[in-house]
Amino acid sequence: MVIEQRNQRAATVKPKSKGLTGQLKRTWVLYLFVLPALLYIAIFNYAPLYGIQIAFRDYKPMDGIWGSAFVGFKHFKTFFTSYQFWDLLRNTLVISTYSLLAGFPIPIVFALLLNYLKSGRFRKVSQMVTYAPHFISTVVFCGMIFIFLANDGIFNQVIGLFTGRSVDFIGNAKGFKHIYVWSGVMQGMGFNSIIYISALTAVSPELHEAAIVDGATKLQRIRHIDLPAILPTAIILLIMSTGQILNVGFEKAFLLQKPINLQYSEIISTYVYKIGITKAQYSYSTAIGLFNNLVSFIVLVIVNKISSQTAKISLW
Amino acid sequence: MTHAKGSSRHGIRETKADRVFDVIVTILVALITFSIAYPLYFIVIASFSNPDLVASGQVILIPKDISISGYTYIFRDPRIMTGYLNTFLYTVLGTVLALCITIPAGYALSRRDMLGRGIIMKIMVFTMYFSGGLIPSYLIVKGLNLVDTRLVLIILGSFSAYNLIICKTFYESNIPIEVQEAADIDGCSIPRFFFSIVIPLSKATIAIMALYYAVAHWNDFFNGLIYVNKQALMPLQLFLRDILISGHTLTNSNTADPEQLLNMQRIARTIQYGVIIVSSLPILVFYPFIQKYFVKGVMVGSIKG
Repeated sequence: MVIEQRNQRAATVKPKSKGLTGQLKRTWVLYLFVLPALLYIAIFNYAPLYGIQIAFRDYKPMDGIWGSAFVGFKHFKTFFTSYQFWDLLRNTLVISTYSLLAGFPIPIVFALLLNYLKSGRFRKVSQMVTYAPHFISTVVFCGMIFIFLANDGIFNQVIGLFTGRSVDFIGNAKGFKHIYVWSGVMQGMGFNSIIYISALTAVSPELHEAAIVDGATKLQRIRHIDLPAILPTAIILLIMSTGQILNVGFEKAFLLQKPINLQYSEIISTYVYKIGITKAQYSYSTAIGLFNNLVSFIVLVIVNKISSQTAKISLW
Repeated sequence: MTHAKGSSRHGIRETKADRVFDVIVTILVALITFSIAYPLYFIVIASFSNPDLVASGQVILIPKDISISGYTYIFRDPRIMTGYLNTFLYTVLGTVLALCITIPAGYALSRRDMLGRGIIMKIMVFTMYFSGGLIPSYLIVKGLNLVDTRLVLIILGSFSAYNLIICKTFYESNIPIEVQEAADIDGCSIPRFFFSIVIPLSKATIAIMALYYAVAHWNDFFNGLIYVNKQALMPLQLFLRDILISGHTLTNSNTADPEQLLNMQRIARTIQYGVIIVSSLPILVFYPFIQKYFVKGVMVGSIKG
């Protein structure tokens, strides 16, 4: 029966899909399937690319894009020579590099910990709990940060118990980066470990059994079996995060900003929002945004190139 | 698990170093789990407790002097109701729209007989790595007269290349080419094949996609901030910012009674705890059931990033 069908198929399918036109005739409807998605990205992802040119013009909504005067790199020069430039770049780089240094290895360590946990039930509970913060909205999460770090918050109640004093976490502008990064680690650690856990479960148990027979300790098994197994995943994620090196999450930085910490918490994306949306300086803020996105993209391409040549792992 | 079984099967006793290792692993995981679970738990008990006892640090393990005064204020606040209804609407419609866009596209792009699917994928994936930026996007939305409409909060976020990849990867590995070829021979059209074979086979993926999009819509703050100024259209997250971040705890609820105002200031924190619970409720309720789907989604997506 099966064989008969196969033969029939071989006989009927071939002439049907003769040449490109035949195939198109048969599958044209697939393009209708993709059409809504293409329309969406055409309008909301690609049309804005066309609008980037206002970074090189003095855009006035009345005159339209083409009617506005062309000014070349004027806005870029203004930005690079403005007094905020170095502060913005420094804050953005400090926060993102710090986030990367803490946020990249910790999920790996956590995945290894979970993987070596003996009690399966405990592992399930721990996963359930640690994935949860990922689903809390940024607004609520930032609200919780403020509540817990407030002068009457839980941290200060504990600190007060031991020292009798209280620490002004929120008022300490230099502490902004620590709050930003470590709360982020807490929020993402569990969920970001999933991908590594799935890589670890793909490791053949026989490898571990052989290692045990050879007398390898668990630390040696981690070093020689588990780490090599998750390396490709880790490299891909590392490439992707370096591409985000200037794209510190807008929402969280914006919501955690207070006048008192602005010197250290103002980053490129929040500045773009304030200049562009609040003050309606469209061209200037488009130029800043373009600078940001270009640098990110170039970094991503370079890192990906290095990775594909040295480790043979590439994003595309 | 398999490792532990393996070692006992071979009858090799664990070394002392390994036992120390196990203890350290257990302690670390317990500490991490506790430090995430406790703050969440604390919010819950604090929202039900007497504000004075919470402020003086007496509510630690169980709610004390249980009161729902915070919740009473919350449900009387018109902002919460408006935000809740708006966000509910945006989430439901936005998710339906997102599924209608993503699922067919994911299926089409998974078919090897679709000409040019490689190029189309590249066009899609490029959007993950480069964007026009805030202002050009804003001007497009403005040009379409979508600023200050409900439509913009439904449409935006209704497609993501990342979700498309997950979807496509699933179909590539779960719809056997033989089934499709057999359908071709029987003269089953592609749309009919899609609706009567592919959709029923991919309920799990559709659930994952729905959850991803629904959570993103529910938690969305950015699009509301940028594109909506009218109070009546604002999503919940914007009102939450008022209450949780800016500290405007229910000052809009029209009362001039000074005693009541004073009382409200006293329980401002309780209100904040309650607001956190109320706003996260839909996710809290479904979370235990949907958690495994999220995990599944990450795993499918990780096969090919």
